[in-house]
Amino acid sequence: MAGNNSYKFVVENLEVAYGDFCALKDVDLSIKANAITSIIGPSGCGKSTFLRVFNRMNDLIPNVATEGQIMKDGKNIEEIDIVDLRQSVGMIFQRPNPFPKSIFENVAYGPRAHGLKSISELEGIVERSLRQAVLWEEVKDTLNKSALALSGGQQQRLCIARALAVEPDVLLMDEPASALDPIATLKIEDLLQELKREFTIIIVTHNMQQAARASDYTAFFNMDEDRAGYLVEYGKTAKIFTYPEKKLTEDYISGRFG
Amino acid sequence: MTSEVESIISRAKNKRNLRRQNTIQVFGYILVWVCGILAVAAVFWIIGYVLSQGLQVIDLEFLTTRPAGGVSGEGGMSTTIVTTLYLVVLTIAIATPLGVGAAIYLVEYAGDASRESKVVAFLVKAARTGVEILAGVPSIIFGLFGFALFVSYLKLGFSLLSASLSGAALILPTIIRTSEEALITVPLSYREGSLSLGATKWYTIFNVVLPTAMPGIVTGMVLSIGRIIAETAIFWVTLGGSYHLPKSIMNSGRSMALHVYMLASETRAFDKAMATASILIIAIIFLNLTINIVSRRLTTRVTGKK
Repeated sequence: MAGNNSYKFVVENLEVAYGDFCALKDVDLSIKANAITSIIGPSGCGKSTFLRVFNRMNDLIPNVATEGQIMKDGKNIEEIDIVDLRQSVGMIFQRPNPFPKSIFENVAYGPRAHGLKSISELEGIVERSLRQAVLWEEVKDTLNKSALALSGGQQQRLCIARALAVEPDVLLMDEPASALDPIATLKIEDLLQELKREFTIIIVTHNMQQAARASDYTAFFNMDEDRAGYLVEYGKTAKIFTYPEKKLTEDYISGRFG
Repeated sequence: MTSEVESIISRAKNKRNLRRQNTIQVFGYILVWVCGILAVAAVFWIIGYVLSQGLQVIDLEFLTTRPAGGVSGEGGMSTTIVTTLYLVVLTIAIATPLGVGAAIYLVEYAGDASRESKVVAFLVKAARTGVEILAGVPSIIFGLFGFALFVSYLKLGFSLLSASLSGAALILPTIIRTSEEALITVPLSYREGSLSLGATKWYTIFNVVLPTAMPGIVTGMVLSIGRIIAETAIFWVTLGGSYHLPKSIMNSGRSMALHVYMLASETRAFDKAMATASILIIAIIFLNLTINIVSRRLTTRVTGKK
């Protein structure tokens, strides 16, 4: 499978442990490029841990040990410089987390952090990113206002714009709509459909309808009796939600547990 | 039948209970008010007394002539105002980078370093405990330390520099603790947001964490300025007490608080001590107002809300 261009990530024998506690084990999974892959499963099954493997955000947590191999475009991510990796793999968090700065400064933050100083170039990037995140029309006259004055949904789209500003090729989203109302959620989902043309998107979600509606591939995680998360089933979303191979998957998506 | 009687009895009991609760409530209410009024009255009485005694002496001449020295306590207080200003600026300039730097280390780096090495973990713990203890040490102890180290051992003499270094040691615990608090309250999500964009830890600290913590850090600085203006004992043994205007940081000088102390203890000019004290009080009130305004401004800027 490795070397195949249509796969963005190839994960082999992944195992993540927090100290003595094994959070994820034996995960083998390949993530399709330019598609939306959703990760579903009950609370505590390691979905977020799995997501944070791709940009090595788990490294920030003390005592985390990651075993196995994750290849991005055929390159082991352990060997990619962490700054470059995180620049190419953007992340959107569960709660919108704009910085306490102006809208402009939020979007310009990433490029500035990577050393871009020219204001005219920054202005171009900010406009492009905000347009991509379908926020431009709403904020173009108030770019100097504090980002914290925006609504929750706007803040989340701002965070998406902020991530897009450093030109990643992957977007990781950790339940990006769970703190938002239904209308804001739909806007985010529409946005995902736009974005998948250019980006590979991996989205963790609690919301089964969202996974069924918005994603092309679905990975279902569960945890065993030791609370270690593992991959149960992975495939095209349409197939997982209609003819799941495993009984467990069927039970979960039909709401019998979780 | 019996149950009805019981319910009537219990209702009556409840009513009585309620009435008793109400009496306690009213009593407590009065008590709290009296305490409040007494406390506020005491403060106003002290300030009012000093100001009423001092303000009659103050005129432009008093503010602009230097103290004449000697037992008579003749002259004004001009040099002490300027010396206080020098002292504050120099002390804050020494203590702030050290204190904020220490706080950044303790909050952002010490955790990781402690996990990697037992020795570092011990040192960090010792530093934290040290800061806690130092915050409660009387200022004269810092004075004695400053006298022994800066004034005599390092031969800096009674000087602005000796005084500022000692003063910096005095306010370091305050600055470290308030900065630490401020840094800890910066949400983890800001750090994660910045790091996930590929920013380095250093960039994250300077561009997201510190600006967000700024209101708390500034509050600590202003509290420290108040402390420097008010302290007497520590500067008595490090700044000397010369009423001349210090021409360099190696000269001795006299801060306002020190001037009050010297006038009251060594001269007959008690009225001038009161006058100087009035200026001191006005400076402190002014400082407190500034804290409020500045921290509100900064908070508004940081949170985007009023």
